[in-house]
Amino acid sequence: MLDATRTPLLAVENLQAWYGESHILHGVDFEVHAGEVVTLLGRNGAGKTTTLKSVMGIVGNRTGSIRFEGKETINLPSNHIARLGIAFCPEERGIFASLDVKENLLLPPEVKPGGLPLEQIFELFPNLRERLGSSQGTKLSGGEQQMLAIGRILRTGARLLLLDEPTEGLAPVIIQQIGRTIRTLKQQGFTILLVEQNFRFASTVADRYYVMEHGRIIDRLANSELESKLDKLHEYLGV
Amino acid sequence: MFEIFGIPSQALFGQLLIGLINGSFYALLSLGLAVIFGMLNIINFTHGAQYMLGAFCAFFLLQYAGLGYWTALIVAPLAVGIFGMIIERLFLQWLYKLDHLYGLLLTFGLGLIIEGVFRNYFGSSGLPYRVPESLQGGQNLGFMFLPNYRAWVIVFSLFVCLATWFLIERTRLGAYLRAATENPTLVRAFGINVPRMITLTYGFGVGLAALAGVMAAPIYNVSPQMGADLIIVVFAVVVIGGMGSIMGAIVTGFGLGVVEGLTKVFFPEASNTVIFIIMAIVLLVRPAGLFGRGA
Repeated sequence: MLDATRTPLLAVENLQAWYGESHILHGVDFEVHAGEVVTLLGRNGAGKTTTLKSVMGIVGNRTGSIRFEGKETINLPSNHIARLGIAFCPEERGIFASLDVKENLLLPPEVKPGGLPLEQIFELFPNLRERLGSSQGTKLSGGEQQMLAIGRILRTGARLLLLDEPTEGLAPVIIQQIGRTIRTLKQQGFTILLVEQNFRFASTVADRYYVMEHGRIIDRLANSELESKLDKLHEYLGV
Repeated sequence: MFEIFGIPSQALFGQLLIGLINGSFYALLSLGLAVIFGMLNIINFTHGAQYMLGAFCAFFLLQYAGLGYWTALIVAPLAVGIFGMIIERLFLQWLYKLDHLYGLLLTFGLGLIIEGVFRNYFGSSGLPYRVPESLQGGQNLGFMFLPNYRAWVIVFSLFVCLATWFLIERTRLGAYLRAATENPTLVRAFGINVPRMITLTYGFGVGLAALAGVMAAPIYNVSPQMGADLIIVVFAVVVIGGMGSIMGAIVTGFGLGVVEGLTKVFFPEASNTVIFIIMAIVLLVRPAGLFGRGA
């Protein structure tokens, strides 16, 4: 999977980020190649979510370099970054209470050609089709809200998906469904940068891992190394 | 001529009509305030001055360019709306992250300045603006006389209010607006230029005020303090309806206009205070307003 001669789809170098006065990221370096599923692992507060938000351009105060398809995005506003073909699914899911389910699903505009048609999204998430007539997006169950949050960004034609803890707080059967979805998306050529605390889940979908601590990447490993480095991982994650 | 509850029908329906006319302006103005508050989180105290600017714009168009009412109905809201967007870019955009109080003070101050400038040049006596030719005259409905222009104001205001409601609650653009009201950061991360949408929303809300101003010009005189007189009542309407609720603004606008009109018939002494009494009661019973979502 790793090919040093290829330009990565996403290349992050010396990324620093601040929330107000607090310095969260202290020089993060990693890359994601087209078609890969890469997971950021780490404890709470390690800077995983901030890294995703920096890539998306949501963290206002950031320096360093984030290149997408070779284009520097560190100074772009998030609406421009989205138009390059990056989509974000936030940890809190971000379903809008004042929009019904259909409006939520259709909200993100198409940014590139080649997004999944609605039919295909309903094949991945049959529950969504049944819930389409529901009034308020936030009246769905947690699992359905997560499906809606992922489903709506598949329509847009974005090729790099940033998923922030998509399994958090969900029942095992839903987690399996989301795992299947991520594998299907990978087969279809989507590139996915995943933030997870649950590396059991991550190991079923990811090609590679970066481990974060205190706003830095402290280790990287491929899926094949997972078993041999299990002890070390437990130590990193404190589980 | 007949009587209802001992009141001559002319008087009763006459006041009802005045109530509906006032209600039309309450609805249009509180609708603009609701749209602006929902999206910008700013309590737009310049609204009364912007309504007055709409009326003056119509007056200037007629006086200096010979352009009549129908042209003014389109040009004045556009011109004042653009003026509003300039204000948003120059001043308001810096205040969104601060306390409501800053936006309130800034817009209040701007309103005073605009009204002061106009009072300086035009005095406070008011300038006449004629009812357009095609809407002069009226209908005798048997139980009352209905001037054509007033009928037009009620029907057209209702149409504009419902069209605005449809735009916000039933269209894709409206979905962007509602979503951005809840979570502007995420909507922007979907690729939507939220700052531009905010500017346009402010322009739209201000344009609604100017539209009301044009419609008011033939009924009331065009005067610098016409907005200041009205805006206090409109804020009471907004509080009763619930800050930020679109349908709430429309229904309470018309409803309170009618209540005010009827009070003039049955208990004239209370007609100036009835809206504030209702506001006090609503604040005690439902602090978020009749149509507000939570507190």
